[in-house]
Amino acid sequence: MAAAFMEVLPILKALRRNKVGAMLIGLQIALTLAIVCNCLSIIQQYRDQMGSPSGLDEANIFTVSNTWVGHADDPKVRIAADLAALRSMPGVADAEESNGLPLGGSGWGTGINLKPDQQHPSASTTEYFVDEHALAVYGIKLTAGRWFSADEIRDFHLGEDLSATSIVMTRRLARALFPSGDALGQVIYLSAPTPLRVVGIVERAQSPWAGISHDASAVENSVFLPERYLNNYVTYVVRAHPGALATAMGAVRDRLYAVTRQRIILSVSPFREMRQRTYQTEQSLSVLLGVLCALLLIVTACGIVGLVLYWVSQRRRQIGMRRALGARRMDILRYFQLENLLIAGTGAVLGIAVGLAGNTWLAATLVLTRMSAGYICVGALIVLALSQAAVLWPALRAAAIPPAAAIRDL
Amino acid sequence: MMLSYYLELAIRSLRRNVALTALMVTVVGFGIGASMTVLTTLRAMAVDPIPDKSAQLFVPQIDAWGPPTRPGGGADGSGQLFDQLTYRDATGLMQARKAARQTAMYAVSLDTVSLEGVPLPVDGRAAYADFFQMFEVPFRYGGPWSAADDKGRANVVVLSARLAARLFPHVNPVGRTISLSGQEYRIVGVMDAWNPVPRFYDLTQGPNSGLADADSLFVPFSTAIEREMPDNGSIRCNARVAPGFAGQLASECLWIQFWAQLPTQAAARDYKTFLYNYAAEQRRLGRFHWKPWVELRDVHQWMALEISVPETLRVSSVVAFGFLAVCLINAAGLMLARFSGRAGELGVRRALGASRWDIGWQCVVETAVVGLPAGAVGLALTFAGLASQRALHMVAGSAAAVARVTSLGDGMIAITLVLAVCATVCSALYPIWRASRLQPAWQLKAQ
Repeated sequence: MAAAFMEVLPILKALRRNKVGAMLIGLQIALTLAIVCNCLSIIQQYRDQMGSPSGLDEANIFTVSNTWVGHADDPKVRIAADLAALRSMPGVADAEESNGLPLGGSGWGTGINLKPDQQHPSASTTEYFVDEHALAVYGIKLTAGRWFSADEIRDFHLGEDLSATSIVMTRRLARALFPSGDALGQVIYLSAPTPLRVVGIVERAQSPWAGISHDASAVENSVFLPERYLNNYVTYVVRAHPGALATAMGAVRDRLYAVTRQRIILSVSPFREMRQRTYQTEQSLSVLLGVLCALLLIVTACGIVGLVLYWVSQRRRQIGMRRALGARRMDILRYFQLENLLIAGTGAVLGIAVGLAGNTWLAATLVLTRMSAGYICVGALIVLALSQAAVLWPALRAAAIPPAAAIRDL
Repeated sequence: MMLSYYLELAIRSLRRNVALTALMVTVVGFGIGASMTVLTTLRAMAVDPIPDKSAQLFVPQIDAWGPPTRPGGGADGSGQLFDQLTYRDATGLMQARKAARQTAMYAVSLDTVSLEGVPLPVDGRAAYADFFQMFEVPFRYGGPWSAADDKGRANVVVLSARLAARLFPHVNPVGRTISLSGQEYRIVGVMDAWNPVPRFYDLTQGPNSGLADADSLFVPFSTAIEREMPDNGSIRCNARVAPGFAGQLASECLWIQFWAQLPTQAAARDYKTFLYNYAAEQRRLGRFHWKPWVELRDVHQWMALEISVPETLRVSSVVAFGFLAVCLINAAGLMLARFSGRAGELGVRRALGASRWDIGWQCVVETAVVGLPAGAVGLALTFAGLASQRALHMVAGSAAAVARVTSLGDGMIAITLVLAVCATVCSALYPIWRASRLQPAWQLKAQ
């Protein structure tokens, strides 16, 4: 202990003559650490977000968005004909039509009330209009109760009131509304005063805004209503048999054109693509931040190498003198490593403070979660190790200075 | 004279230590590249899309729903006003005609048939004839429809250059008819290329609407209402709506955008008074049950309110400027080493009669000489950064708009170089000050 102190004391004394240089290195380390640990935390948060499951059988689902041209009749007949055609396609397990899809980006939101005349809703949720096939199409897991039967499905035109009397919701929403866990069989109200009985609970179904919104309740709160969404613009959700996705997607246009030519098929796209598109910016920002962090570490390391090399050249005579007085190469090497550890350690302590403050600010101004202490520790270790590695080469050069340098420059 | 001498000294000293010089150039270059990449995009998204008129075009806002539902507010009535109007208020303002020019508008979606005979969906906009003069829309053929067409709900249409080129290649289609959703319309004008970024005339369609493409065609507002063209934009309702299009028109739903052209400040003041009186009148009629609240915002204020910089861009701008700071601190350390290492030489110059200022200036020139190539490196990295921003889809929006906000605009090259030189000199201020304070006698003795 005393020996270590004896070693540190002269380093501190020498540093007083190089105050500004040491401060610049410390400051650099502090900022680098603050930025790197915040970036790591952001990247991890994006990874978590990108990895969260939608609840659907994503690998086998694709969507077809379609609008008809020049029909004046009720779209109900046309939708039924299309669905029949889709369901009878080879390679297709089942198909249905919906007003929105998890990760789809656009959909319908509403408030949920527990009493018919409530002022402020108890929760907000996405409403999906589905038929009796939807459970099989989505591949969602039903954890309690039942799914809708065919005779429960009502017709819904834009601007009309809901006429459904039953509802299925996600487990997360059920827990939020009924914390004691008895959601099944309870009655709730959406915007209309008609009571809706909870007949089923599903494990998970994300909202269309998962990926856009960072609010957990906005992401996981979904309800399903037995309503046939009748509109001239529709989206079909089709589930293929495993391995048959590409074939089914290739044949779907011709199949629908065979029903009628008077339509515009706006897109046929696999669910996987939707996920990719939804998280595109998160994905690319992760890459960008990773690259910036790597560059930052390189720049900091270069700066340390440059400045310490200069210090070594400045102290050639003192080093030579120490060597002449009996110091081993190891002692010189240790001197510079220890000096760097002192500077970088002080910088790291400052960096932890700046990093935490920065994280608080980021969390307040942007929708980011707080960083865990683990990131700061990992970041501090990375930066300290890097700084020690950076100082190794200049320190080795210092250790190589011969004792004769003490007199040669005189 | 003195400057060229300093330049010569600087280049000579920089060449003596190529590794250190290269390190400084690279370090500052990286910092400049990272920050300029972000700055370019941020600047392009906030650029004034209509400089000569941005202080004359205004969006009126009317509190049609009252305190409890204001966005961002609580039950106490705090918060903001919504960005769209009800059909009733929009037509009320149109009929009053209190502005020099004014237009209500909403987005529509129609379909036509392509040259190959395939149905083709087109995004359009229902607006009044004033729209084209207000927003300085350039025309290739023909022109806007007339006020009489507005009044008479005429079946007329103005096409974008792109749609016209697709449907009527190589001809002037003015006077021809086009079938839109089963109805014939007479083409009265074809616009020249017009795609303002940000698309400031309608920023109400969500966070990315500023980078959406301009509409493909325009039809008179009155015609669109008569034909019951459904709204293709965002619509917000606070109560159940009676079925059908008539129900939507009579409702308190917010879905119409409105712009007024008010040439002078006095006109803007008068218009705001008019808006207040309009809201007060609605209260007297029993429609509003709260204190009138109206706002009038010009293009700059409207963009500040409506355009939200994407979160990805905000995160990367914080990181990029932090990166620049680290690079500059780094450069400061390297400069300190460089000037201290040359203390002997500078001491000799001092002893030979150079003043402190002379030494200071010599050092400033030397750092500026480092800053210039650093700016060039930064510029190259900015190009690379912007290209990767495009390739990685960092900014969501239409291809043309994204290309516009991720390219170096006028003057950005000069700004980059100036920033690089200034940043380098600033980072070296302390080392320069120290170098100029050297005691010549000590340095000579040390020799």
